[in-house]
Amino acid sequence: MIERVCVVGAGVIGSLFAGHLGRIAEVSVLCRRDEHARALNEHGLRVSGKAEFVSAVSAATSAAELEAPQLVVVATKAGGLEDAAASLRDHWPDAAVMTVLNGLGAEEVVRRHGEWPLISAVTFISGTKHADTHVEYILDTETWLGPYAGAPLELAEGVGELIARSGLKVEVLPDLRPAQWSKLIFNATVNGVAALTGLPHDFHFAQEGEPADLGRLVHGLIDEGKAVARVVGVELHDDPWEMNVLATGRGSAHFPSMLEDVEAGRPTEAALINGALVREARNHGVETPLHAAIYALVRGRESAYS
Amino acid sequence: MVGRDAFVRICVVGCGAVGSLFAANLAQLDGVEVWAHDLAREHVDAINAHGLRLSGAGDVLGMVRATSEPDELPQCDFGIVATKAMHTSAAAEATAHAFTGGCVASVQNGIGNEEAIAQHVERVIRGTTFPAGRMLAPGHVQWDVKGDTTFGPFEPKPAPQEEVERLADACTRAGMPAAAVPDARGPQWRKVIFNAATNPLGALTRLTHGRVCERPDLRALVTGLVDEGKAVAAAQHIELDDDPERLIDHAARKDVAYDHKASMLQDVEARRPTEVDYLNGGIVRFGREHGVPTPLNQSVWALVRGLEASWTR
Repeated sequence: MIERVCVVGAGVIGSLFAGHLGRIAEVSVLCRRDEHARALNEHGLRVSGKAEFVSAVSAATSAAELEAPQLVVVATKAGGLEDAAASLRDHWPDAAVMTVLNGLGAEEVVRRHGEWPLISAVTFISGTKHADTHVEYILDTETWLGPYAGAPLELAEGVGELIARSGLKVEVLPDLRPAQWSKLIFNATVNGVAALTGLPHDFHFAQEGEPADLGRLVHGLIDEGKAVARVVGVELHDDPWEMNVLATGRGSAHFPSMLEDVEAGRPTEAALINGALVREARNHGVETPLHAAIYALVRGRESAYS
Repeated sequence: MVGRDAFVRICVVGCGAVGSLFAANLAQLDGVEVWAHDLAREHVDAINAHGLRLSGAGDVLGMVRATSEPDELPQCDFGIVATKAMHTSAAAEATAHAFTGGCVASVQNGIGNEEAIAQHVERVIRGTTFPAGRMLAPGHVQWDVKGDTTFGPFEPKPAPQEEVERLADACTRAGMPAAAVPDARGPQWRKVIFNAATNPLGALTRLTHGRVCERPDLRALVTGLVDEGKAVAAAQHIELDDDPERLIDHAARKDVAYDHKASMLQDVEARRPTEVDYLNGGIVRFGREHGVPTPLNQSVWALVRGLEASWTR
């Protein structure tokens, strides 16, 4: 039974996990800024929106200051992953580490810093951070997780059971790659197109009637991604086009993080998402001209930040 | 040179930056009367009060008669349409009565303008121009770049070749070098391919022309877009007068247009509708008609259209 959890990275996703898990377990947060840690220690973490509560958490900026957890949830942005993993080196050898990042390859980055049993996860939940101690829970969608590189399935099931008890929706899969690839293709497509057009994930993404309709591009990008998955040997968990149609039909349009990053002039996760897909394709000798175009344009857009 | 010394009346339809370059320069010629039709009332009033002024690559003051009322236009020998591409049809329809005995040329961006003009006018001239400028104030235009113009008869509703030559000759004498050729599609497609391969990338990334070209991944995308455009031109048996790639690299030089923000980027920054439908959209449309796939142009077209849609989100 998992009783102590440390969440690394307290952005939107990390805060949502820490807040929920704090209701049923002892939760610590490893963050980067001292004032963030102080605020969490003082006020706890407030979750609003789909659920309303405040959780007490303990927070610090170095692992040495925290009690050893049984589970570590790494939920940094792609750009912060390397530093976060390095900060865990030589700590908590008995813990399992679960990565909840966009894109591909987060598990390998963590693996370079320690021998913890690993769990892969992708999440579709989202929200908005209003303050260091307040996160709004907006999309109460699922988190999928599974054992990585020989970790036992029971470990993943234990983590899944914990997360479900905390009030988040979760599905445990023996092999996460099909889900990870579904999300990778979905994110590379939707986030890239949203960042470049400035459109939230709305009805435009599913519109295919006219030649210039955005849905045609979205469909083309998804088809390229599916072709890569086929060659890599992954059978997708969900069809990314169906995910797209479902999400755009939901009514309230979601603002993908890459769009928010671009509008705020922040570095995006394009390298880990779009870049990962383009690199996998190249490694397997598959052409992805549309994804290469989107990736080049997003990187160009980042280089134009003043 | 029919009628070189005869009186000629020319009306510039859409007297923005490029239209003003033609109007002010042509007004320098003896025996040429220049009219301008433009919807911007302040601009029209300033031209009528103080003349049309150019600064920069040339300092010119042209005595031009300007109006926003199509009914005030007299019968003209030539029209030069210089509106943004999305306004061609409306502008040609409104002014067509002034050209029942004349010929009308397009000097606009993109593909399809001559087709739109030909819906309303009998004798049409296909044109492509490279000079560029921008509006500084009503009645005053900054002339940024000098450049050549090419005119040729528009094949389905052609102006007589001697009239094409008469217009080119007048422009040349006025300091706007122009050539009259039997088939002007080559220069036009070279410019369209250039614009379609570079302008949207500037608009989507916010980078200047030079900065787009110095990023290898974006430069590869430029070439992908150019290759599709070339294939569509080839399918129509259009012989490009030069490789658009050469123009792209030349423009990327620090001493040429490295720092230039493509007009589409200027439009995006000002949240104005862009000309993407007539650039990438034109290449896609002609590609479909001739069975040439254009997936990259179609994608870029969709992205810019999406960007335009985001302004009303």
